[in-house]
Amino acid sequence: MSETYYQSYGIVVALLIGGVGLVAVAFGAARVVAPRRQLPEKLTTYECGIDPVGEGWSQSQIRYYIYAFLFVIFDVESVFLFPWATTFERLGMQAVVEMGIFVFILALGLLYAYRKKVLEWV
Amino acid sequence: MIVLGFFLTAPMGIGYMEHKVLAHMQHRLGPMEAGGFHGWAQLVADGVKFIQKEDIIPKAADSWVFTLAPAVVMVPYIAIFAVIPFGRTLWAENLDIGIFYVLAITAISVIGILMAGWASANKFSLIGALRAAAQLIAYELPLILASVAVVMQAGTLSLVGISEAQHHYWYIFTQPVGFFIFIVASLAELTRPPFDMPIADSEIIFGAYTEYTGLKFAFFLLAEYGGIVAFSAIASVLFLGGYQGIPVIGHLIPGFFWMSGKVGALAFFIIWLRATYPRLREDQLQRFAWVALIPLALADIMVTGVVKVLVK
Amino acid sequence: MADWIVFWVIAPVSIASAVAMILAKNAVHSALLLIVNFFTLAVFFLILGSPFLFVVQIIVYAGAIMVLFLFVIMLLGVDERESLRERILGQRWLALLLGAGLVVEVALAVRVGVGFGHGGLPDFTRVNRGGNVQALARVLFNSYFFPFEVTSILLIVAAIGAMLHGRRRIGDEETIDAPIDERMDEPGPEPVPAAGPAEATP
Repeated sequence: MSETYYQSYGIVVALLIGGVGLVAVAFGAARVVAPRRQLPEKLTTYECGIDPVGEGWSQSQIRYYIYAFLFVIFDVESVFLFPWATTFERLGMQAVVEMGIFVFILALGLLYAYRKKVLEWV
Repeated sequence: MIVLGFFLTAPMGIGYMEHKVLAHMQHRLGPMEAGGFHGWAQLVADGVKFIQKEDIIPKAADSWVFTLAPAVVMVPYIAIFAVIPFGRTLWAENLDIGIFYVLAITAISVIGILMAGWASANKFSLIGALRAAAQLIAYELPLILASVAVVMQAGTLSLVGISEAQHHYWYIFTQPVGFFIFIVASLAELTRPPFDMPIADSEIIFGAYTEYTGLKFAFFLLAEYGGIVAFSAIASVLFLGGYQGIPVIGHLIPGFFWMSGKVGALAFFIIWLRATYPRLREDQLQRFAWVALIPLALADIMVTGVVKVLVK
Repeated sequence: MADWIVFWVIAPVSIASAVAMILAKNAVHSALLLIVNFFTLAVFFLILGSPFLFVVQIIVYAGAIMVLFLFVIMLLGVDERESLRERILGQRWLALLLGAGLVVEVALAVRVGVGFGHGGLPDFTRVNRGGNVQALARVLFNSYFFPFEVTSILLIVAAIGAMLHGRRRIGDEETIDAPIDERMDEPGPEPVPAAGPAEATP
């Protein structure tokens, strides 16, 4: 293993540490400066100004799940696209056709979803 | 340090720009008092005030997740600035997987928003968070696919390399479709109007951020303005040549000013849209991403591939 | 040296987050700890000289799959009492057995594949010349072209499966989500006549 990766990613790590540090310092400062007078009334969930009714964690519609799932599928596809995009020129038409088939098959999935009206909200 | 300093000041500039631009578009004056000249210090005053505000964690909330969420939303935007080149030699880091890294990092703030909405223990926050996450993931894809087209043309993932590749012409001229997709998707990623369903105030108060007060709320705002800067910067690098100037007089002005000018112009454009367009409905929003933008971006990629191989 | 330090800083975090994930009572906390674990795995990939897998680990696992997990958990609404009850008889023993089997399998696979290491890692610099991503693409789009195409079919089957799954549940629950013509066709329970105080729709 060459050490170059550490040189490259060292700054990324430093920034992440810096960012977390910034958040920590800011929260610390706020804790010192800000007033703290906790009343039971103040600690209730605000929601929309009226006292909340029922549980805060409610069930939602399943259709969000389908979008999330479709996203995972296409995200995996995009992961393949990046290495391809950097090298397809050297590999020539063959690589373009290969990716064409791949994208076409996945586009069929999207078309299926569209025809089955999965993408329709109502 | 420079990057961190930049992250703290640039969003303020954009925030101030938003105050003023919106005000003038709506025939108001905007903040005029703080600092003297056209209220330039308004946001500094706001920041100081935010720190002094009481930090309330609702009793029902999940306090750990509630506290961590603002950090998870904001830190990724800081990490993005590590790889953005502001001049030929003015960058913190030139990763060989630059743009890929940027897109991966932006995906993390989705988790932060989900955390915020869920931890608030509030129905509307949860709905807002789910809406936000669904929107962010739906528009993440066009963003990725539009970037792929640029990567194909430049032949490199490094952001410095992409800027260098645009020495002769900017990619907005060869990838106008990609640019359009990228800007629309960026707007949605930032949950800016007209894509601000997740914080639609008339229905779900302020979405995932409803229960937040004081500094934690300020961090969400900072992340939003930081996000505007970040996405404007990425779009500038990918499509507007980054630090490359226009041909004849380009070398007279340093790259940093070109880059800043482009970022400023794009940020202005993003703010301008807020004053212009009404909010989209949730179903329109999702359908636009899946039915229009993603197929368009896929077609764009294939056309770019075929054309580039044929031309060679 | 740097390898060694990073590894010994990250490895305990990795294991701690994994253990905490299993022990966490709250499903959302579990999912969040799993995200932490995925990040540590991403760093391991970086140590092993594959920045591409580092990003893939973040973009696919932390960014996409965990968002899917969180979605599902949040959609269902967390109920701590219910999730701890075992549904299948002997579930715990079966899980232990399968877990032990997995450990044995992984150990065997490592033994047969790369062997239990003596000395350092092989040198990847020659393989990775011209960039790790480019090296990966050269292999992927030449030698492994067929598996790559099969992957797309696998993905599309998964997508269609998920769609049908989601769709049918919406039909069964008779929610407002089902299109009107579909609801008419299905011999479902009679709709409750709108007598008395109107009930809130879910």
